[in-house]
Amino acid sequence: MTWHHHHVLDLDDFSREEIEAVLETASAMKEVLTRPVPKVPTLRGKRVFSLFYEPSTRTRASFELAAKTLSAEVVGITAQVSSVVKGESLLDTIKTLEALGADAIVLRHPEAGAPYLAARYCRASIVNAGDGAHAHPTQALLDIFSLRQRLGDLEGLKVVIVGDILHSRVARSNIWGLKALGARVVLCGPPTLLPISFADAYAGVEVEWDLERALEGAGAVIALRLQWERQQDLIPSVEEYVAFYQLNAQRLSRARPGALVLHPGPVNEGVEIDPEVARGPQSLIDEQVTNGVAVRMALLYLLLGGAHE
Amino acid sequence: MDPGQGLDGVRDILVGKGRVLWIGHGPPPQEPDKVLQGRGLVVSPGFVDLHCHLREPGQEEKETMASGTLAACRGGFTTVCAMPNTRPPVDSPPLVEFLKDKASREGLVRVLPVGALTRGRAGKELVEMEAMARAGAVAFSDDGHPTGSRIMRQALEFSRYLGLPVMDHCEDPELAREGQVNEGVVSLRLGLRGMPSQAEEAAVARDVAVAGLTGGHVHIHHVSSQGSLEHIRRGKEKGVKVTCEATPHHLTLTEDSLLAPIPYDTNLKVNPPLRSERERKALAEALREGLIDAVATDHAPHSLVDKLVEFSRAGPGMSNLETALGSLMALVHRGELDLLTLVARLTIGPARILGKELGSLKVGWPADVVIFDPDREWTVDPQALASRGKNTPLAGEKLKGKVMATLVGGKAAYLDPSLKLEVPESRKAKI
Repeated sequence: MTWHHHHVLDLDDFSREEIEAVLETASAMKEVLTRPVPKVPTLRGKRVFSLFYEPSTRTRASFELAAKTLSAEVVGITAQVSSVVKGESLLDTIKTLEALGADAIVLRHPEAGAPYLAARYCRASIVNAGDGAHAHPTQALLDIFSLRQRLGDLEGLKVVIVGDILHSRVARSNIWGLKALGARVVLCGPPTLLPISFADAYAGVEVEWDLERALEGAGAVIALRLQWERQQDLIPSVEEYVAFYQLNAQRLSRARPGALVLHPGPVNEGVEIDPEVARGPQSLIDEQVTNGVAVRMALLYLLLGGAHE
Repeated sequence: MDPGQGLDGVRDILVGKGRVLWIGHGPPPQEPDKVLQGRGLVVSPGFVDLHCHLREPGQEEKETMASGTLAACRGGFTTVCAMPNTRPPVDSPPLVEFLKDKASREGLVRVLPVGALTRGRAGKELVEMEAMARAGAVAFSDDGHPTGSRIMRQALEFSRYLGLPVMDHCEDPELAREGQVNEGVVSLRLGLRGMPSQAEEAAVARDVAVAGLTGGHVHIHHVSSQGSLEHIRRGKEKGVKVTCEATPHHLTLTEDSLLAPIPYDTNLKVNPPLRSERERKALAEALREGLIDAVATDHAPHSLVDKLVEFSRAGPGMSNLETALGSLMALVHRGELDLLTLVARLTIGPARILGKELGSLKVGWPADVVIFDPDREWTVDPQALASRGKNTPLAGEKLKGKVMATLVGGKAAYLDPSLKLEVPESRKAKI
């Protein structure tokens, strides 16, 4: 098996083979989750800390459940970014967790690049659970896993990512992962949330400001959460956003029949996505949540488990 | 090598009483007590730095007068202009006096105080420029913060009268929006807020216009973009008193270093941010041409805790005094710049902006001299820097070009162990 990562910081350094290794392992883990007693002893004695500097329900629960299903010791920590100079710094906290015997630290942080700082000064495996607008590799892997389970090969598949691309770590990590598997990635959103330079930043990625054009022939659509707090100076109003960028049934009909709909959650129903589409037959939103646990189990297993022994 | 008087050749220099007494060939008009052999090395006027942060008073954990000026002489700088963003800021005559006093007691090189432009650097009320000038401020700057149009106009009216430059950190705040890195491919990839070079260009255009309006002398700090250079060129062509500096890092590094080998290396965080290779090349060309008048280090030492944090929380700036020559020599070694021009931009270029008798070894001028080996290789070890700021992105890098000796007012402030002041043979015989 191809695997030589000590940390999972983003997917930009993952080859196609490595992504496939994760997906294969995740399939096996998904089977574990369907057992009457979903628990295996694989990571017994390993210590996994989840360190969250941002509120999160699903990512955090998903990671902790993944680690517990593999029988690891799990400690969850909710931390706050200290604004005081003398406050405990990220590195202080990381060093403390290391001293407590951490084998892996799952880190969610509001600042881009924070996991890289942690990884540079820490022996434990760092798993990025989302850093600012930069990366959310496990979300991308579970999106890809969900698509693969339904569609098989993603080669040539047109995947539209629609929303606030500028601030989206989900979009950035998905770009790397989807490209590695040969998918065609089209980004869509209003121009203030989707600078044209995205096409230069990621070779082969297309930028399309018009959602209806973007959806032509798409095999899958990832709708992103609109975080109004962050974007209020970048879009004129939520109403305008809904009018032109909401994923609804009529727009979805421009995509390929049966095109799959994903959303990283939590969903603002009626904003970025019409409830009818979010709960409709093409939606993978609930499946994504279940698959998230399997994918995170796979990563923890690959980082801490048998792969090295 | 003394571009200030068009000198490039083998000479002997006699110094005494702190000044240059004679430059010529063969035996000097009076016998020296001691001789420093510079054979095979470049001897030039000591470098003049228009822009460095010595951090005193108030931030002694980052740098002190003693450590900062030791770093300066190791880097070949015999004059440094100390920026006023200290705690408290140097915004009144007594603080200028304090700094001069501190420098005379603890400084190893000439320290020229730059006064803040506004009280408390708050951008609202102009400082007492004339009183501060009389106390010894050589220029005015709110460096670190951009200057508003109203203040800039008032300051440049005084600049015309006082004959001193007003220096500006050019940044349109609404375009810059607290960007962390250059806006473009790299900011998008890293997910960091970008600051477009146009934020600088808009402010430069405004400054050139206001300098034209008032007849004052505006000096643009750390110019980083081709668009800014075009505004400066147009101003200079029209006879506007505008000068500018560029830093060693904007001349030698690019934003691509932020992606690899160390992603988000906070030692690469500077303001203005590192730009693209296209902008870097334009800066190197403008330096060669003379559109950029001076190299200034923007030496910005930080303590470890200021940099061992998340990128957006890290303090901006690099510890530059000791690596400046070595980095800049890369431009010479790869043919982007000739050595004489580089020396000019480190000596007479900045000295002219200050309007002082510095930066050239004319007879009667201060005997501030640097001796360097343009081909000597050395490896940057942050722990070995004299500066308290170990924040250099060049750790482990091999630089080619090293300062061997620095004389301030004729006295050796720094000597490489391989060089010695020797009593000449003739003199020994007499003893």
